[in-house]
This record gives sequence, structure tokens and C-alpha cells, in this order.
Amino acid sequence: METEVKLMKGNEALAEAAIQAKCDAYFGYPITPQSEVLEYLAREMPGRYGIPLQAESEVAAINMIYGAAGAGGRVMTSSSSPGISLMQEGISYIAAAELPCLLVNVNRGGPGLGTIQPSQGDYFQSVKGGGHGDYHLIVLAPSSVQEMADFVFLGFELADKYRNPVLILSDGAIGQMMEKVTFPQHEIVKPQKPWATTGKSPYKERNIITSLHIQPEKMEEVNLRLTEKYKKISENEIRYEEIQTEDAEYLLVAYGLSARISHKVVELAREKGIKAGLLRPISLYPYPYDVINKLADKVKHILTVELNAGQMIEDVRLAVNGKVPVSHYGRMGGIIPGPDEILKNLETYIK
Amino acid sequence: MIEEIIISGFGGQGVLSMGQTLSYGAALEGKEISWMPSYGPEMRGGAANCITIISDKKISSPIISSYDTAIILNQPSMDKFESKVKPGGLLIYDSTNILNKPTRTDIEIIAIPAADEANRLNFSKALNMVMLGGYLEKRPVVKIDSIIGALKKVLPERYHNLLPANRQALEAGQELVRKQLVVA
Repeated sequence: METEVKLMKGNEALAEAAIQAKCDAYFGYPITPQSEVLEYLAREMPGRYGIPLQAESEVAAINMIYGAAGAGGRVMTSSSSPGISLMQEGISYIAAAELPCLLVNVNRGGPGLGTIQPSQGDYFQSVKGGGHGDYHLIVLAPSSVQEMADFVFLGFELADKYRNPVLILSDGAIGQMMEKVTFPQHEIVKPQKPWATTGKSPYKERNIITSLHIQPEKMEEVNLRLTEKYKKISENEIRYEEIQTEDAEYLLVAYGLSARISHKVVELAREKGIKAGLLRPISLYPYPYDVINKLADKVKHILTVELNAGQMIEDVRLAVNGKVPVSHYGRMGGIIPGPDEILKNLETYIK
Repeated sequence: MIEEIIISGFGGQGVLSMGQTLSYGAALEGKEISWMPSYGPEMRGGAANCITIISDKKISSPIISSYDTAIILNQPSMDKFESKVKPGGLLIYDSTNILNKPTRTDIEIIAIPAADEANRLNFSKALNMVMLGGYLEKRPVVKIDSIIGALKKVLPERYHNLLPANRQALEAGQELVRKQLVVA
């Protein structure tokens, strides 16, 4: 069967994928640059699949997610940076209660209300916690419109598999740009959720969903169970892409939009005879520490390219563990560096 | 083949839709595309631009530093992007809206009175299609029939009665450039 190729904005592709992935409910609140998600779902969900609901705030939206996920629904919310900050308390609760759900952050410039233009300033918030307590989200970073769609299916699958919230960390540019996209033709099968609070019949045990464990021993039990789960996730769910790393002497590490620009930098560098390569982390949690550590054995210098002041570079340095110098190049405030600008910076490290 | 294009002008001149239509037309021919708009307050007027890339191969970056072609619809865009055209590249602009002409000598420059032509056709909104027709005459990266096919997809059905007028505008743009190329 021939799949139809469509041209869509990243935000629209993500929203369409949510319907095709049989998302039962979407709760959201408009904010640039991701409002197309809410608009698309408000228009398309009724009559096709699922319920779209515009909440009165991001705080309400994330708590609707908490409730609906607890009832066993396949649920999603999306927002952009300031809105995601508002959701952090709820996200921590959801992680503690081990509820599967899909969160989407179309990252804009910050801190504060910031700017509506693209940014990667929410890396720390996404992979190091964001909310309180010892927890991790599974974080996926799409770098194309196709991946905006693909990671919705993958995100729901991983969320169900590990009973863990999954975050798609995108940015304003990937959300707004248009590329070709195809959708999978396979049947969507949602797993049974025997733990869900769907009403107690006389024939089954009571299900309780809570994040409150007053007794320290009980709380630690939960902490240890979560730690064990994150370990399993780290063993099984690391995703990355390598571009021309085989003979690379200079390695760029970048995710999302920065990875696309860095890919062009590699092409331009190779034209000039510079052996450059690119490692693109796709999962930001769990992070591909090992592969970067191995690449560090054969390159002379590593340059991380991020639309922030240097956040992911800390994880790259952890991975490299001092083997080679690691430097950062980034722009902020919604400014996107062109490939020439990055190449010029890379060349300052070439002896 | 890879063609990296910047289209730039005022919000409301059809800058973003020109890029979208071109992208869709290219996609209908099986090519790879990337369309990256400026977004935000420009939707309410002010400057608007989009980077449109058409290629036979997978496209690396949707954001680039210099362009094979600049399609320019107003003076601020000319001031901003004339210097960003690659040597040997093409700059095509709407002469109706430009006071200070481009001065580079290492690129090919084509001026067409697109807004005047669109007004002559009694379809002032189609100035973007006049420009697109002119561009495609010079660089036939996408067939006019594919552009019409793209418009069918991009335009809501209630505007499909305007398809013939759009074709006329595209062809008028082609004709304007054809005449210039013959003279030159």
C-alpha cells in the first residue's frame, strides 16, 4: 500500500500523529510557538479519535493529565517553556505515581517569559529533573518534522512500557518548519492497564494511585523501585545517530535543530578537507554517554552546538571524562546561528 | 540538484505562501523540501521571510548562511539579503517596490514589475505568483503544472475558482522574464 506523502509543520505532524496513535485525550493551553498543536487537535479530534480540551491554565492541564492517565487513558499535553515550568509540580507527581503520558515542550527563549523564537534553554529542566524529587522523564529530541510524528508513537509506547512520563523536547523552529512526512500504516494496539483506577468491582482489589508515602520506609521503597526502573531505561532505550564519525577528527555533538545545522557544518567542513563528524543524541534521557566516550578516543576536539549558554556540554564532558577538550558554541535569545558561523568557530580549534 | 532560496518581503505580500506553494510543487515531483518561515509578530505586518530548499537528496540544515536565489519583494529585504546571495547566484526582485537597486556584479539580477503586472491582471494578491512564475522561467526547478497542483492542495476549496487566475499570473511572470532574457 502506497503511503501518502504530506507536507506539514512540525507541530501539525505531531498533532496528527497523536490522533493516529489513538490518544484518548489532549489537555492544553495555547502558547506560541506550539499553539498549532491545540488548534489542530481542537479541529481534527472530534469525529476522528479522542477528546481535545483547552484547560484554564497549564497547571490545570497537567493535573487533568494526572487524572486521566490514572484512569488508564492514553493522554498528551503540549506547551512551550514558560508553560512547561508551570507544569513541573504535576510532572513530579505523575513521575512518582508512575503514570504513562506524553508531554511536549516546543522550546522558546528564556528565562522568564523570554521570546517566542526557538531555543534549547530547557535542556537542564528536561533531563535533570525540572520538578522536585528523584525522578527522570524519558526525553526524546526530534530534529525533523518526520521525527515530530514518529516520536509520538514511540513516546506513547515507551510511556506504557515503563509506566513513565515521556517528554518530546522540540523547539520553535522544528515546530514551525514544514517538511515531508509519512505516517505508519500499522494497527495501533494499546496495552491493558490493570493498575488503572477505573472503579472497583467486588471481584478485584482496590487500585490506588498516589504520590504520597508518609512512612520513610515506604517512600524509600518507591525511590528504589524508580531507581531500578531508570537503570533499566538507561540500559535499553539509548538512541542516537552518527553522521560521518568513522574517520572524524573533529566531533560535533548537537540535538534537535542544532543537529540539523551541525550536519550542514560537517558537509561544509568536509568540502574544505576538515574531517568533521556529528553525534546526534536522540534520547536526551537516557543519554548516550558510552558512545561519546568511545568517540573521544579517536577525535582531537569535541564541539557541542546548542541554542543556549552551554547545558548539554556538561553531559558531554561527563561522557568524555577529560580525554579530549570539549568546547561549546551557542546563540541565545531566539537567534539561530548559521552553518558558516559555527564552522568558523570549529576552525579556531583546528591546529 | 539543490536549490537554496530565500523569499522575503512584507507580511501580506504572500511571501510565506509563495514558499509553501513552491515546496508543495517540488514535493509533488518527488523532491525533498524544507520550508522554514520566520514567525511571530510578522504575521501582523512587518517583515516576513522563508527559507525554501529543494533538493534531490535529503536536506541537512533548514537554516543556511547564503542562498542560490533571493526572491525579494521590498526594500528592507533587499538591504538584508542582497549580500547573502552566493557568487554566481540569482537575485530576482519586484521592481515596483524597490527604490535602491541592487549593485552586485557577481550575481545575476532580474527585475520584474510584479505588483504592477498583478494590478494589470486585476488580481493584486497574485503578485507572489507573478514573481514565482518569473523565477521558475529562469530556474525551472519545478513545473508550472506542479505549482497548480500544489495550489489545489494549499488553497481551501472555496478559492479553487481562482486557480485559472493564478495560472495566468504565473504565466505573466514567465513572459516578463522571457522577454528580458531574449533582449539580453
